[in-house]
Amino acid sequence: MDILLFILRYLVSPLIVISVLMGMCAYAVLAERKISSWIQNRVGPNRTQLPILAYIPVAGNILQRIGFSQPMADGLKFLFKEDVLPGHVKKFYYVLAPCLSLMTALLTCTVLPFGLWWSKADGLEHPLVLADVDIGLLFILAVSSLGVYGLVLAGWSSNSKYPFLGGIRASAQLISYELAMGVALLPVFLWSSRPGVVSPLNLYSIVQAQNNLWLIIWQPISALIFLICLFAETNRLPFDMAESETDLVGGFHTEYGSFKFGFFFIAEYAHMIVGSAVFVTLFLGGWNFLPGFADPWPHNLLGSLLTLVWFLAKVVFFVCFFIWIRWTLPRFRYDQVMKLGWNVLLPLSVANFIAYLVFFALFPKV
Amino acid sequence: MAKVLERKPLTFWERTYLPQIIGGLRITFMNMFRRKETLEYPEQRPQIPRGYRGAPVLVKDPNGREKCVSCQLCEFVCPPKAIRITPGEIPYTAPTAHVEKAPKEFEINMLRCIYCGLCEEVCPEEAIFLQDIYSITGTSREQLVHNKAKLYELGGTRPDNYYKWDKKLTAEKGHAEGGGHH
Repeated sequence: MDILLFILRYLVSPLIVISVLMGMCAYAVLAERKISSWIQNRVGPNRTQLPILAYIPVAGNILQRIGFSQPMADGLKFLFKEDVLPGHVKKFYYVLAPCLSLMTALLTCTVLPFGLWWSKADGLEHPLVLADVDIGLLFILAVSSLGVYGLVLAGWSSNSKYPFLGGIRASAQLISYELAMGVALLPVFLWSSRPGVVSPLNLYSIVQAQNNLWLIIWQPISALIFLICLFAETNRLPFDMAESETDLVGGFHTEYGSFKFGFFFIAEYAHMIVGSAVFVTLFLGGWNFLPGFADPWPHNLLGSLLTLVWFLAKVVFFVCFFIWIRWTLPRFRYDQVMKLGWNVLLPLSVANFIAYLVFFALFPKV
Repeated sequence: MAKVLERKPLTFWERTYLPQIIGGLRITFMNMFRRKETLEYPEQRPQIPRGYRGAPVLVKDPNGREKCVSCQLCEFVCPPKAIRITPGEIPYTAPTAHVEKAPKEFEINMLRCIYCGLCEEVCPEEAIFLQDIYSITGTSREQLVHNKAKLYELGGTRPDNYYKWDKKLTAEKGHAEGGGHH
């Protein structure tokens, strides 16, 4: 029995989480293509059809129109294409870089609480999380800083002009915005380490403390700065200097082909999803129902599923928001990115922190 | 009267660019509900404008006569030499014997045709026209060489304003039956 629990807890549940995350990445690619095309007055992929699904009378047609089988087609394409290792690259780092990119995104999701489950013994609620560490927030910041390595190594090992420029721009941008991100989260630490809280950096306690009102209502400026830095960290427009498709042919992933490019592609969407999940956990109250309303989740398996679904709904909304912003804002120029990171966001987040220091000193009971 | 453009300095909120971003987001969101411009190809076909230069075809008279007289002008004018004609004779027992020539074989190699329209311009009989056929496929090279039967099948019948051979026939008959007025 113990062995079974051990296997279930430490082998099966990570596999389940990773497969759900990978599935969400694949469908995030589809969502990006479909939503981008709707914003641009066209129809996205709507011709892929699995032979089995074609025979279902009404649903088969609808599934084809929304491009349901398109991610499978894309995945198969990446698998079956010839994976070329060019002669002019530094082989070890060339192969290592995509693995590093994906690894940081997957590592970050080990400490995220997705929902609640209620134990049958004493009815207490526990978080649905892979690793309930007490330094969850610090872990996320540290691991996402490692994400720079993937891009830098890709740019360096590709041994060619465009990836080199892309790698340089990406590394400068990422390290600049990590500063502002960290400082913007300091008011969250301040708030979550109110007197009486045992483990302030634990993400579960941060979500629990947002039972009544979400943190975005209390700390909107921190949320805004964190959101902007999140866009910069995931290399997503308007900060996609690293891969700017119109300037630098492919940016850091120019020299990458079939499956390694697929890795980078998936890693980008995984970063996006995990980043949205972190934002939802910290500022939008995780699985809490709505600000001001009590949670209607029943204390059983159905309730667990509902918390999970509500959390994922918020994450999906944010992924769509990422895509929406991509097609609304033009790309920043490189010097504008640097100015924004150092001259605007860093002083603003420091000022924000000082303001909250004063606020919490004056009103410690909040 | 020159109009001076007033450029007011940006307000505090405008300098954060947040209201402009939100305005932009609203525009992109409303765009999602507009009509889609995509033409779903095999089910919907594009509107072909008049005068479109598609595949060349041979046409017949409203009376059913094949208009081509194998003068080979189109063969000589064709820039990539896509047309190949073997001229033939109309037996003098046929009702259209006065036309005297008709093509025995007429091949247009669609793999060479550049759809320039010179054959249509040069034809003295108004027998060859470029239709609005833009999608020509086949599974072998032989299939893409259109022979005479295929060309007449694709061409069909066109109305004729002149009926010149009929007029010539009646004129000849008029001469044969005795002078008249000249």
